[in-house]
Amino acid sequence: MRPELLHLPLALFCAPLLPGIINRVKAFFAGRCGPSVFQPYRDLLKLLRKGAVFSRTATWVFRAGPLASLVCAAAALALLPLGGLPALVCFPGDIVLFAYVLALGRFCTVAAALDTGSAFEGMGASREVWFAALAEPALLLGLAAMARQGGELSLTGLYGSLEPAVLLAPGGPALLLVAAALLIITLAENSRIPFDDPDTHLELTMIHEVMVLDHSGPDFGLIQYAAALRLWLLGALAAGLLLPVRTGRPWLDLTAGLCGLCAVALFTGVVESVMARLRLTRVSQLLAAAAAFSVLALMLVRGAP
Amino acid sequence: MAAALVLRNGQAAPLSRLPVLGAEEFRGAVLEAVGAGARLSALFARPKAAGLLAALADDERGTVSLLGMEPAGSYPALTPDCPQAHLFEREIFEQSGVRPQGHPWLKPVRFPPKEGSVCGMMDYFRVDGEEVHEVAVGPVHAGVIEPGHFRFQCHGENVRHLEISLGYQHRGAERALTGGPDRRTVHYMETLAGDSTVGHAWAGCQALEALGKMEAPPRAAVLRGVALELERVANHIGDLGALAGDVGFLPTQSYCGRLRGDVLNATALLCGNRFGRGLLRPGGVTQDADAARAKDLLDRLEDIGRDTASAVGLLWDSPSVTGRFEETGTVSLEDCRRLGLVGVAARACGLNRDVRRDLPFGVYRYAMIPVSSWHAGDVFGRAQVRWLEVQRSLQFIRELLESLPGGSLRREPPGLSPEHAAVSLIEGWRGEICHVALTGAEGRFSAYKVADPSFHNWFGLALALRGQQISDFPLCNKSFNLSYCGFDL
Repeated sequence: MRPELLHLPLALFCAPLLPGIINRVKAFFAGRCGPSVFQPYRDLLKLLRKGAVFSRTATWVFRAGPLASLVCAAAALALLPLGGLPALVCFPGDIVLFAYVLALGRFCTVAAALDTGSAFEGMGASREVWFAALAEPALLLGLAAMARQGGELSLTGLYGSLEPAVLLAPGGPALLLVAAALLIITLAENSRIPFDDPDTHLELTMIHEVMVLDHSGPDFGLIQYAAALRLWLLGALAAGLLLPVRTGRPWLDLTAGLCGLCAVALFTGVVESVMARLRLTRVSQLLAAAAAFSVLALMLVRGAP
Repeated sequence: MAAALVLRNGQAAPLSRLPVLGAEEFRGAVLEAVGAGARLSALFARPKAAGLLAALADDERGTVSLLGMEPAGSYPALTPDCPQAHLFEREIFEQSGVRPQGHPWLKPVRFPPKEGSVCGMMDYFRVDGEEVHEVAVGPVHAGVIEPGHFRFQCHGENVRHLEISLGYQHRGAERALTGGPDRRTVHYMETLAGDSTVGHAWAGCQALEALGKMEAPPRAAVLRGVALELERVANHIGDLGALAGDVGFLPTQSYCGRLRGDVLNATALLCGNRFGRGLLRPGGVTQDADAARAKDLLDRLEDIGRDTASAVGLLWDSPSVTGRFEETGTVSLEDCRRLGLVGVAARACGLNRDVRRDLPFGVYRYAMIPVSSWHAGDVFGRAQVRWLEVQRSLQFIRELLESLPGGSLRREPPGLSPEHAAVSLIEGWRGEICHVALTGAEGRFSAYKVADPSFHNWFGLALALRGQQISDFPLCNKSFNLSYCGFDL
């Protein structure tokens, strides 16, 4: 069996492990035992078994939101190479599609939030879009810098050719700036500390969570699941760049890719354990810094010989 | 002001000595006293249309002055010239119908049950404009906290105005206390605000002892001091942990949660109840700390002190935390003075105000505890004052336990002197707790007024939010950590 066919089901099945690992790390730092890494699966199963409550004022936009965002995340997953493994679908220019499929998923969530008409959700939607508008150029420019260095326009081509030699080639170290930008974006897009606090119960401080307050039962389960997939997606981008193991042996590459993802989850957990959240007004500054890293990398890379 | 009835903290005097002034004269006298540096500790309407009564604490002289106003249907409001009276006057209007003429907005305070009154249903202040929107939070909240309704007038992420509407837990405690004391009285005191059990119980006991013309024995006074400081330490540690939690800073949050439990357990070691219930009774205390127990307590406090220092130290060593605390929710010293804030909130603004030093009561008459203050008036200031107080309180408890005086624990309290007035001020962990008790001809309470520190400070929170980000509200709210039930009574 070809391992690249394995990646999609593997991602769909294993993505909830990532939040499980993060929670475990946080528990370790807090001196608690913490929930099992499989707790997110139990939560998802619990949510899927529940009924859902819908506001009388909400329309089909609200009901369609969770599914649409999940579909978008899954579509992006089909474009994603894991480590050196090729993606299910790849064509030149799919980096743009990748970024905008993610954006489409966000649009659906935001539209569903605005559809409720609640002050909280409107506030969250406004924040989400504000930060997304800053994170998006950082992601695209970072991918552009990689494309310029690798001379490839598809994600699979980019990550497939990313060997230690590429990083050591002239202009290659600049890709570390892209890696930093990708890590920042991973934290921001997945509403982790220092951008957002996934554990807080304080609606007024939330960014992403406040948008999904009205979703319940299976819908909320879909949202949680899509969030885990998004963590997998962006984490894989950062991990693939920082851990360029391209042995040519698919099983080894796959293992390296998975180890990279676990490392991103560990990193996220450690950041959440030792850092406080940023003030909301500072969030945009950190995202602007990520964009600046990407721009700098784009200028510094030499391009393919 | 020569006319006022001047008392020490915890002293009673015959009501016949209370000057009862005309409305204009009363207003002039109160304004003059406030202008000279006194603050309104309580202002209320006596039941059965017996006129108003003002208790003015003078921190410089260490006295409380009582002023009475003769019964009237209305009087010229103090609020326009003395903002700290604003809530007291709304309360007076709500409870007695006496109208303060010229008060800017006599909104309901607690929505006492009557026909057509629904808690929280009233006109709110509204800001109009193209991009202004209103966010309503509560009364049911996401966390396990008390009910209260908050309305924000926002312009984007910025708060232009915050209005706080409480009253959801109004139990009629003051009305229930009137006619006492009876067997329930001390239990009412202990549950006025559950997290200030010792503070309110002490204020109540001190008022009863003053009216009975007696004092608690020295050993009881010291044990009360230990209990009050333990309460302060427990709540401050809990608050520091909660502040860390609100900015998503895990380490301090987790450890402080446990440490607060340890301090509560230390209180339980002293009296068998984690919140100090059943310890204070009029005339003294019910539980003794013998040498072994005092030693055990000291050992535990040693551990608690060390662990807290390391847990809280993480806060100050993390730039991400201090960056979040600093310049968030600032209250200026001027506003603080005009609003008459008390306790931690006032000391964080640089207002050096502490009943334990200014109007000492019980053991604080003989033992000094340094006043902790900060200059910034922001969340960082309030956190810093809490930390300073934790350290000083722990040290103070240590000193008290090492020099426990001998003697009895409790004297039987005699009946209350009839037709007397007593004022009792206690520096609870939030700030000044004020109880004013008046007795009738049979030696029973004809009026009992409770002013929890939250009553003074809620409006400070509203001011702290002006011009702030709405996302900073939970953090500001936690830094004040005011009581809902202490306000609602």
